[in-house]
Amino acid sequence: MSVLSHIFEAAGLVTVGISIVRGQAETARPPRMLHCEFPLGRPLGKPDDAEFQRRVLTAMLELTSRDDVPVLVDFPEVIEEEGDAPAACPLPPRIDSDLHPALDELNGLRGAYDRNVSAVGRTLLGRVAGPDELGGLIEQLIRIDEENATLADLGWDAMHAISVGQDLRAYYEEAGMQLATNTGARQLLTWFYESTQTGNLLRRVRDKLKETGEDQMASTYLIPGTQS
Amino acid sequence: MIRKGVSEIPAPEFEVAVTTLTKPLSECKVAIVTTAGLRHNGDVKLWFDETFTVLPNDARDLQLSHFSPNFDRAGLTQDLNVAYPADRLDEMAADGTIGGVATNHLSFMGAQIGDFSTITHDTGPAAAQMLIDDGVDVVIFTPV
Repeated sequence: MSVLSHIFEAAGLVTVGISIVRGQAETARPPRMLHCEFPLGRPLGKPDDAEFQRRVLTAMLELTSRDDVPVLVDFPEVIEEEGDAPAACPLPPRIDSDLHPALDELNGLRGAYDRNVSAVGRTLLGRVAGPDELGGLIEQLIRIDEENATLADLGWDAMHAISVGQDLRAYYEEAGMQLATNTGARQLLTWFYESTQTGNLLRRVRDKLKETGEDQMASTYLIPGTQS
Repeated sequence: MIRKGVSEIPAPEFEVAVTTLTKPLSECKVAIVTTAGLRHNGDVKLWFDETFTVLPNDARDLQLSHFSPNFDRAGLTQDLNVAYPADRLDEMAADGTIGGVATNHLSFMGAQIGDFSTITHDTGPAAAQMLIDDGVDVVIFTPV
């Protein structure tokens, strides 16, 4: 983003950006930056809080009058990340003991996922699968976990594997939005990777990919680096 | 941990250019350039290069195509404006805070690691020119 700021400003546009990693803004020295100590992924701070978002935008736009660049100003309000406390999200009971627990769990969350799509009007799911195809993807991940299959055995490259991980995460997080009482920054993420069968399956697959060294990109980006 | 890693990524050096605002904000057209890797029209494939895509101002059927799993996504699912404040800009244009909103906003993929030669010499200048041709005065950059 800092590189783009320099290019756009040099082209004749007045630019101002949000910094969420202060050290990066200090190093790259873009013309005007408002540093917002907010969780990664929420640069305007708070979802569904138009007044707060507008305060951030107003602070940004005020910087456009400055030509003593580079300018790096701190937004006065701080929002802490809450990922250490997972979302309080109930998991469905075991319904079909013949199914792998991850598949049973996936099926049990379908109602909540569908309710969220209706409530929000959109979904981040769909990179490589819709909700009806996710079970097939989990079956492939189980092959890696239990049969030591490789990505090549599945016919997957790194981007496909990462996309599978993102689709599964989207399904669970969106179901969780209907079930949890707390959905602060990273709380659904922590719940997914630490509490659910599918999140833990993805973690084990990431560990397998690391062990075999088959694909560094896939093992790096399959799940967040914060998940040990 | 993620912030520390990002802050240690080397940044290319640029001479800090400055363009001076020559009119009040209430007369300025404003565009968003996001590095959240947003796309629309059902294009949801992950993205890992220095190209950009155009987001019409009235489009809200946007998809997140960023490759990185290292940031919160639930907030964006709940409310696009938490990273892409198109609704807020429309409101600010309606109440006269800004002069208007760009016809199109632009989306790049953030967290790039490389020499940025394509962005510097090709896609970056082309994107800037696209906004200038639309009469844009002010660009706000939003990361994710």
